[in-house]
Amino acid sequence: MAAHLKKRVYEEFSKVVQLPQEEAPAKKLRLTKPSKSAALHIDLCKASNPTDALQYLLHFARSSVEAESVEGVVRILLEHYYKEQDNSVRLKIASLIGLLSKTQNFNPESILDDTLNTFNTEKSHQVLAQLLDTLLVIGTQLPESLIVRHRLIEVAYKHLSDTYFGVRNKCLQLLGCLGNVDTPLNKDGQGLVPAVIGGSAPGVSGGVCVRDAQSLISDYFADQDPRVRTAAIKAMLQLHERGLKIQQTIYDQACQLLCDDYEQVRSAAVQMVWVLSQLYPESIVPIPSSNEQVRLVDDSFGKISHMVSDGSWVVRVQAAKTLGNMLQVSPHFLEQTLDKKLMSDLRRKRTAHERAKELYASGEFSSGRKWADDAPKEKVDTSAVNLIASGACGAFVHGLEDEMYEVRIAAVDALSALAQSSASFAEKCLDFLVDMFNDEIEEVRLQSIHVLRQISTNITLREDQLDTVLAVLEDSSRDIREALHELLCFTNVSTKECIQLALLELLKNLTKYPTDRNSVWKCLKFLGCRHPTLVLPLVPELLSTHPYFHTPEPDMDDPAYIAVLVLVFNAAQSCPTMTALFSDHTFRHYTYLRDSLSHLVPPLRLPGRTQAPGVSGIEGSGSVESAQLFLQQSLSRISTIHNLQDPGAQDLLNFTIRDLQRLGELQTELAGAADFSATYLRCQLLLTKALQEKLWTMAVPLCLKHNAMATAAAKQMLEETYKLEFLYSGLENRQVATIHHVRLQAKALQLVLTARTRRGVEPLISVCEKFLQEVESFQRLFVVELPHLQESFVGKLLDLSPKLSACKPGELVKILQTTLRQSGFLNLQLPKQVQRASATIIEPTGESDNPLRFTSGLVVALDIDATLEHVQDPHNTVKVQVLYPDGQYHVIQPKPGDFRSPGPHRHRLITQVYLSHSAWTEACQIEVRLLLAYSSSRLCKAVWSDSSTEGLQPAEGATEGTIPFGKPVKVFIMPKPARR
Amino acid sequence: MPEIKVTPLGAGQDVGRSCILVSIGGKNIMLDCGMHMGFNDDRRFPDFSYITQQGRLTEFLDCVIISHFHLDHCGALPYMSEMVGYDGPIYMTHPTKAICPILLEDFRKITVDKKGETNFFTSQMIKDCMKKVVPLNLHQTVQVDDELEIKAYYAGHVLGAAMVQIKVGSESVVYTGDYNMTPDRHLGAAWIDKCRPDILISESTYATTIRDSKRCRERDFLKKVHETVERGGKVLIPVFALGRAQELCILLETFWERMNMKAPIYFSTGLTEKANHYYKLFITWTNQKIRKTFVQRNMFEFKHIKAFDRSYADNPGPMVVFATPGMLHAGQSLQIFKKWAGNEKNMIIMPGYCVQGTIGHKILNGQKKLEMENRQTLEVKLQVEYMSFSAHADAKGIMQLIRMAEPRNMLLVHGEAKKMEFLKDKIEQEFTINCFMPANGETTTVITNPSVPVDISLNLLKREMALGGPLPDPKKPRTMHGTLIMKDNSLRLVTPEQALKELGLNEHQLRFTCRVQYRKTEFTIFIVFSSSYLVKAWAVLKGYTIQHLPDGTVMVESIVIKVSSSAEEPNTKVLLLSWSYQDEDLGSFLSTLLKKGLPSGLSSM
Repeated sequence: MAAHLKKRVYEEFSKVVQLPQEEAPAKKLRLTKPSKSAALHIDLCKASNPTDALQYLLHFARSSVEAESVEGVVRILLEHYYKEQDNSVRLKIASLIGLLSKTQNFNPESILDDTLNTFNTEKSHQVLAQLLDTLLVIGTQLPESLIVRHRLIEVAYKHLSDTYFGVRNKCLQLLGCLGNVDTPLNKDGQGLVPAVIGGSAPGVSGGVCVRDAQSLISDYFADQDPRVRTAAIKAMLQLHERGLKIQQTIYDQACQLLCDDYEQVRSAAVQMVWVLSQLYPESIVPIPSSNEQVRLVDDSFGKISHMVSDGSWVVRVQAAKTLGNMLQVSPHFLEQTLDKKLMSDLRRKRTAHERAKELYASGEFSSGRKWADDAPKEKVDTSAVNLIASGACGAFVHGLEDEMYEVRIAAVDALSALAQSSASFAEKCLDFLVDMFNDEIEEVRLQSIHVLRQISTNITLREDQLDTVLAVLEDSSRDIREALHELLCFTNVSTKECIQLALLELLKNLTKYPTDRNSVWKCLKFLGCRHPTLVLPLVPELLSTHPYFHTPEPDMDDPAYIAVLVLVFNAAQSCPTMTALFSDHTFRHYTYLRDSLSHLVPPLRLPGRTQAPGVSGIEGSGSVESAQLFLQQSLSRISTIHNLQDPGAQDLLNFTIRDLQRLGELQTELAGAADFSATYLRCQLLLTKALQEKLWTMAVPLCLKHNAMATAAAKQMLEETYKLEFLYSGLENRQVATIHHVRLQAKALQLVLTARTRRGVEPLISVCEKFLQEVESFQRLFVVELPHLQESFVGKLLDLSPKLSACKPGELVKILQTTLRQSGFLNLQLPKQVQRASATIIEPTGESDNPLRFTSGLVVALDIDATLEHVQDPHNTVKVQVLYPDGQYHVIQPKPGDFRSPGPHRHRLITQVYLSHSAWTEACQIEVRLLLAYSSSRLCKAVWSDSSTEGLQPAEGATEGTIPFGKPVKVFIMPKPARR
Repeated sequence: MPEIKVTPLGAGQDVGRSCILVSIGGKNIMLDCGMHMGFNDDRRFPDFSYITQQGRLTEFLDCVIISHFHLDHCGALPYMSEMVGYDGPIYMTHPTKAICPILLEDFRKITVDKKGETNFFTSQMIKDCMKKVVPLNLHQTVQVDDELEIKAYYAGHVLGAAMVQIKVGSESVVYTGDYNMTPDRHLGAAWIDKCRPDILISESTYATTIRDSKRCRERDFLKKVHETVERGGKVLIPVFALGRAQELCILLETFWERMNMKAPIYFSTGLTEKANHYYKLFITWTNQKIRKTFVQRNMFEFKHIKAFDRSYADNPGPMVVFATPGMLHAGQSLQIFKKWAGNEKNMIIMPGYCVQGTIGHKILNGQKKLEMENRQTLEVKLQVEYMSFSAHADAKGIMQLIRMAEPRNMLLVHGEAKKMEFLKDKIEQEFTINCFMPANGETTTVITNPSVPVDISLNLLKREMALGGPLPDPKKPRTMHGTLIMKDNSLRLVTPEQALKELGLNEHQLRFTCRVQYRKTEFTIFIVFSSSYLVKAWAVLKGYTIQHLPDGTVMVESIVIKVSSSAEEPNTKVLLLSWSYQDEDLGSFLSTLLKKGLPSGLSSM
């Protein structure tokens, strides 16, 4: 009854709204406005039953609370908390407190005491667990405060012996996150660490036993609840991550946990054992049931290997992954992971791998024609056969055969990591990796090809292995084939038969999939480079020359013949005797190919032939440096110009631009830098021309032509600045500032021109305002760079800035005009590495004369294959544009899955675009080109990208647009009218 | 002592006609009911007269469980249920239930229609028998009756193969049927949780074999087929309709797909189409890859594999044909073989074992000239290859399963005695558990130590909790006082008071009394020492409450010590001791103490 009355009192109170005798907590709030807390309070008071209260709280949780009122809200919540009988409501309140203490700029220390007080009265285990969770949040918010941490840890210790697993879980989590990671000072009794009361209650009378978090947590490794065990291991791992050195004594316990009944415990234990093996790799542990001892890392390696055949695939994945991180393991143990002794009816049997190797060694290859060819030979000593592989035996054999592809991928990755650190292991695992090329899941196949490529520096393929590898060349998946080509580029083979085999298979591949042309040629280039001596004996056969007879000249357009030539020429590069074997037409073909496929055919020193200048092999590595020097010199020459109005400045610019452009063509390494500088200089040149003194003094109507020229220049400058900013990678902030500076200049020029041509002030006002805003944002963005820009246009503008904002548009224009003309030339500092984004469309080639026919109104898919270099984030920026003869165009955004990344800074776009058009009378060409989309807000976004997605509206003044890059390709298409 | 008895009626130290009787916790279960391929007489079926000489089996068996659809595991089912007579439930998984009758019908046709046997089960009997089948789902616990429950685990091997856990109370047995621990192209690997059964009954077909990785085998197979087809040759693969055939089909199908091959692949029709239909249906029973991709495309909907027609065999150009039967002894596979044998470009791949006497066996042994019917000879020019694709666990796989399940005892069936011997030794050595390998008709008895569940009253538990520490420590046993009531097949542990109340009995106090006589002199010594000294002595037994009552009696807990002098013998004093049975230990200690005088050790204190 009393409760009911009380409720009514509150109800009435809430209706009256803010009585003067508002109770104490509300006063403490110092509310300046009727904030959420008040509303919450009223809501909570209104709630007649727990369900309602819960509803209010849930509703409340959705709204955000500002930092200054958090404390008040928490008080109200706590007040209600003590009154509330229902567990679920109290639980929600506890979780809300945790949520609130995460509010930015709020110091949760102020609510710590109140939160801790709740522990005194709380009976419900669930609520206790939630409260501990809240403490965890508070604790992580205040990582520096030692006192807070100690208080929280004390609470955790006190509740560690709770009967509910959730509470113990949270306590352990708390200990793991906040427990002291310094070495326990308390042993000598004077450390800051408060003496910790032993885990369980009886310790009280038995005296205070001082223990550190570590041993305490390890007690819970044997808890009866698997969730608590997991939490204990995780807490320990957490402590390790925070820098605590875990004691070795835990090792035995951790190993026992590997045989736990529950998978999450085993999975965590695998990590624990691994951590220990990394901490104490060299310490010695005894092998049970024998007198021998092994290194700890070996022991743990064996134990984790055992887990690869665990019942739960989660554990198997974990174990396989972990194996890859144990590089210190001794080779003997490592090699056991690939060991699987075969037997059949108690007779020892050789594995297929061993058999293949033996056959290879004996000189005879591939039989398997006879039945019982693999018949077991010697009899196995029954006592010696160890069926359940103790230790590391066959871990990878199992892992690679696992049912779940996640495990297989993890095992392949682990193999790769281990093989890279040990050459002999790499040799051994080769067979297994090659076997994986036959996996049922493409991802696994691809991964194993990549892995083999990574370790291929360590190995030489045998003929039979190569045979298996090459079989995959017929795979219908393009990714697989290209990965394999990439692999073959890096492979060493042992005999000339191997080269022949590889060439044969590659040619077969070429006929089956003609689109692989480039990739195959490239592959053969490397193959030739790597094995000149192996190619040499094959040359007569390959070029089908005959000692006496002339053989017919092969067709030069045959891709297969080109492939052979690429192989031979590349081998000939480092094998001077080879050229003697060439016949006449081979030399002719050489010169042709050297011109048309210069990236595949190296310069050869041919006897008795004059070498074309510039193609000579002498132009070696030194030239890059000299070109670099030349670039520097040109730029420093430019820097002598102080003012663009100087006489002769224009000529110098003109010359330098020309020089740089030529340099870019000659030296591909410096193309980026040279192009970049040339473009920049061109902008300056344009500006200079536009500002020529004579013309500006004339009256406007007299120089219409000049005006048009200047307007065009300003427009072009703007375009060029966008190219400068977004097409080149490797720019530093300094260069970006310079580019923006040019852009400002261009805009100022535009403004001045507008002012001259247009009459009336109104349109000018808005344009001026916009310009001023841009100046401001420039200042904001490049505060750091401003000192360098002192003498420049912006520097001068900023000096005048207080005046600028006040003055009228007319005056502003005048100021701009003079500053533009007076400002000095801003020197370009080249960054270390500038690369120009480029794109080449490989497919379609644009050579086809057969139009693509389709019915008008329907769509036709056009396959596009392009390589992109030095494009950052192509998934978002690269687009395909299709331009129809009637001027119509479409921009198509490729799917993220269409981009592949075969190497650093390289991307490959393989996509389909859909074309459609109304009927044409005859076939006509359309243009397909790649666009690089940019948005100037990108810079700002990079800074904000961490924050929430709400701020996605483009920043003020953001411009978006596209830059065409790469050559467009023309495609013949022919939409036919539909037949009725 | 409770015990579990296992008696193999078939498959004891033998392969074929699997049939194992298990009696556990008073329940009798028959595991599998197979036939023997090698015999055509009575030995074909298990000897059901072992169970009962006449009459039906229903009253002797609680249930029958079939692990998978192979005839050596289910071939005798209609015979047992319809001809011998069994009406109880028969458990099998859904795929087994679907495919089993097809195979049985086929088996019946061959025996009755082809070989002309009489006294064999009829189609109707198969139908009737299948009506008694109760389907099982994986990991579903099925209550056969109140006490007996069974649960199926995935076994690999063939579609729908299951391992079964049979559980009565806390006693349990796991029967594996046939299983495979390495996944293949269409099925996953067997899996079981750590159920720690009392007995694990495992097959042991490959007890002495450790197999090479399946990848090598697959690669070899594909390479051989690929090479022959590229040469323009024809490949014949004789298979049995179900099981391996599907694996090979998938293998070739994906290879064709991957390598963009064009040569046709044919599958001789018949049983297979029906079976493939079921493979399509029971996608959940296949491996990860098929399960994950079936939404885009069901792997069993073959793109490259088409139905075979007799006339195709004469078509020119390369082709691959799967044909039944597997041992090349009759039927379509033999007909095709005859046509193709003369060309050395062609190839035959035998994917399985061939029984002696069949053509398959002959050509595998390298015979180049075969004598056919009506005295013709056939020259074998085509290449003959042997590939072993078997879906049984090898020795390592068996050990792995043992490690997964952690059984207390091991029992091997479905294997040859000699090979079993080896594995048995290994198991005993590695796991230090008992391993049995009974022959047919031989009974293995395993004594179990089942835990008996007892309901404890909450009051009692709380009272004990209050006395002891805060947490029950699972590692340490604790004694408690209570009354065990066995009533209506249930056991309850309650407080003595409650027990008395329930039984309507009065509480009786049981006290032991004893008298100790002292001469006066002795007594005075005693008196002198009594209060101070004895108390001190008792202090040794610390923790006991000692009270001095006004009339001179001393109470230690419930023990009363009273001094009285008798009228007849004034010289003697009598010490009366009395204690209740709860304090028996303390009471007897005190009485000996008083009788013998004070131990010298104490007096010095």
